[in-house]
Amino acid sequence: MKRIDIRGMTRVEGEGGVSIAFAAEGAVTARMIIHEPPRLFESFLVGRSHREVPDMAARICGICPASHQVAACQAMEAAAGVQAPEYVRSLHRLILCGEWMESHALHAVLMHAPDFLGVADPFEMARSHRKIVQRGLQIKRAGNEIKARIGGRPIHPVNLRIGGVHRSPAPEGLHDLIPTLGLARQAALETLAWAKNLPIPEYVTDAVLASLTSEEEYPMSLGEVITETGERFPAEAFESHIEERQVSYSNALQSRLADGRHFAVGPLARFALNFDRLPPEVQAAAKAAGLTPDCRNPFCSILVRLVEIVYACGEALRLIEAYRGPGPSATPPPLRQGSGRSCVEAPRGLLFHRYTLDPSGNVAAARIVTPTAMNQRAVESDIEGLVQSAKDSSRQALELLGERAVRNYDPCISCSVHALRM
Amino acid sequence: MPRRKKPTLAVWKFTSCGGCQLALLNREKELLALGQHIEIADFAEIGIRGRRRAYDLSLVEGAVSTPEEVAAIVGIRRRTKTLVAMGACATAGGLQALRNRAGAGQMMGRVYDHPEHIRVLESASPVSAHVPVDLEVRGCPVDGEQLLEVIAAVIQDRRPHLAEHSLCMECKSRGRVCVMVAKGVRCLGPLTQAGCGALCPDEGRGCYGCFGLAETRNIEALRMRWQALRGPENELDRALGAYNPSPTPGKEAGGHETD
Repeated sequence: MKRIDIRGMTRVEGEGGVSIAFAAEGAVTARMIIHEPPRLFESFLVGRSHREVPDMAARICGICPASHQVAACQAMEAAAGVQAPEYVRSLHRLILCGEWMESHALHAVLMHAPDFLGVADPFEMARSHRKIVQRGLQIKRAGNEIKARIGGRPIHPVNLRIGGVHRSPAPEGLHDLIPTLGLARQAALETLAWAKNLPIPEYVTDAVLASLTSEEEYPMSLGEVITETGERFPAEAFESHIEERQVSYSNALQSRLADGRHFAVGPLARFALNFDRLPPEVQAAAKAAGLTPDCRNPFCSILVRLVEIVYACGEALRLIEAYRGPGPSATPPPLRQGSGRSCVEAPRGLLFHRYTLDPSGNVAAARIVTPTAMNQRAVESDIEGLVQSAKDSSRQALELLGERAVRNYDPCISCSVHALRM
Repeated sequence: MPRRKKPTLAVWKFTSCGGCQLALLNREKELLALGQHIEIADFAEIGIRGRRRAYDLSLVEGAVSTPEEVAAIVGIRRRTKTLVAMGACATAGGLQALRNRAGAGQMMGRVYDHPEHIRVLESASPVSAHVPVDLEVRGCPVDGEQLLEVIAAVIQDRRPHLAEHSLCMECKSRGRVCVMVAKGVRCLGPLTQAGCGALCPDEGRGCYGCFGLAETRNIEALRMRWQALRGPENELDRALGAYNPSPTPGKEAGGHETD
């Protein structure tokens, strides 16, 4: 066998493929190929008012629009030298809880689980595992309800703005989500108990794990970036630690650490680097599913996503119970020339936004680095490792392995091609 | 009576964020039942690809922005009975069509070190610029309820009921206080097609037009209203040009056709 080309992968968001080349001396080279057309966000945002950016940045991704909105708002706030009030940061965290639930349930149950069951799609899965699919949809729905309650709608919410929200939800408007979230948490625990018995292939990734970390909480939108090899830096220093370059075969730029090592972001990285920030009952649920923070097996990401759903349900409940309603009405911060940066943990991992504003408050430059762009080289390296150790398998088996290695990272290909560098 | 064969559905994604096909997947309560009434023959995001060659209904998300996409939409049109352009990108180019003004060449050069590796068209355009479209479902994103209505109409072989009035009517029918009259907030509601449920006025902000122009509209009247609110000079054109930059032709109040 010389080469395997997989075009038009399914059960991923967007248009991508994999190419695996076998050299005569036994080396395997994999390429993650992103066919999705470039969307040039960083380019067309130039000249738009800073106030328009959060709504526009949402359109990078239909699955994680709130992550992009929070990242854009925080970056603009940094540029203006202000911080959103405490209650707004709680609302950000709450909408991100909803986004993690919605996105993780979609991937873990409808897109990833079929790999472990050997079925093609969620409808086929529903014939043999109807309850599991229904529970997944129930969790997804609960996540979307949080997003809609705060943002007006789950896809491209309309309520977040720089410095605050357009309308602060009344506490009673959130309180009636409490039963829904309790049931979603229960559904997530049951799904986790089911998923731990799935046949999970053995593999250890060689990517360096990286995520946000924060003293007080499991990371979502605050804190600094850390790696498992000891790097630690704030959003302001992101661009001196992480480099991007164009590769000829992909419409998304690839990221590396400054010293050239490839790295991975996402649930597995967050869990490994922030296990001690999880509440004891979530730690116990993870351990009962066989997960420990030293796990480096990307196939286990399905379990980690479910653990993060359990966490997000509980965290959303805590935030809603603590929410005392509208604080002082948020006035947009005074705009000024300058630049601001922000990191957010989107469902798929670390997300970076940077904006530079001109004296009239319009965007002079923008840069957005998405988790899928960061994970590309890690995906390729996983495919190379997996295929290397299964070389005698059939072409069909190797193709499946390649696809599964990609799906482990839940790539969001639409996100990855918004595209870069000014 | 012989059982009628289930109609076939395909969902396609072109240049876009994936939000409109997600609007369908977000109908969690109806999703599994959907499979009982219609055969999903192509929907790559959920693992279904190439199970049929012809479709009764194709829902197309996204703008057309590469030579490959032009070829693909022509092929899909040929194999589809009812082709629906779904969302702002498919119906009006969407946000990425903002790049059209500077020209893709210049923007690509600003973005990629080696733009020669990437093939894009000079502009990102709506589906209707390339093939005939049977129906448009508006919005950024579309409303899932409207998608279900379109699917139900195909199953029942009837015309779908989709709103064609302006967003203003949605506010009025809900008894909302007008944000433009009461608070002097610039709102695109009088020009924008209904369908979202008047979400932005609900949050106390003006509509920013993500559902595109309503079929009947009076742009000049709103321009005068906005000017009276003393915004920047070209504010209305900038706002109208953002999410739905290439709207479908409609009727300007006064009776003449525009495009």
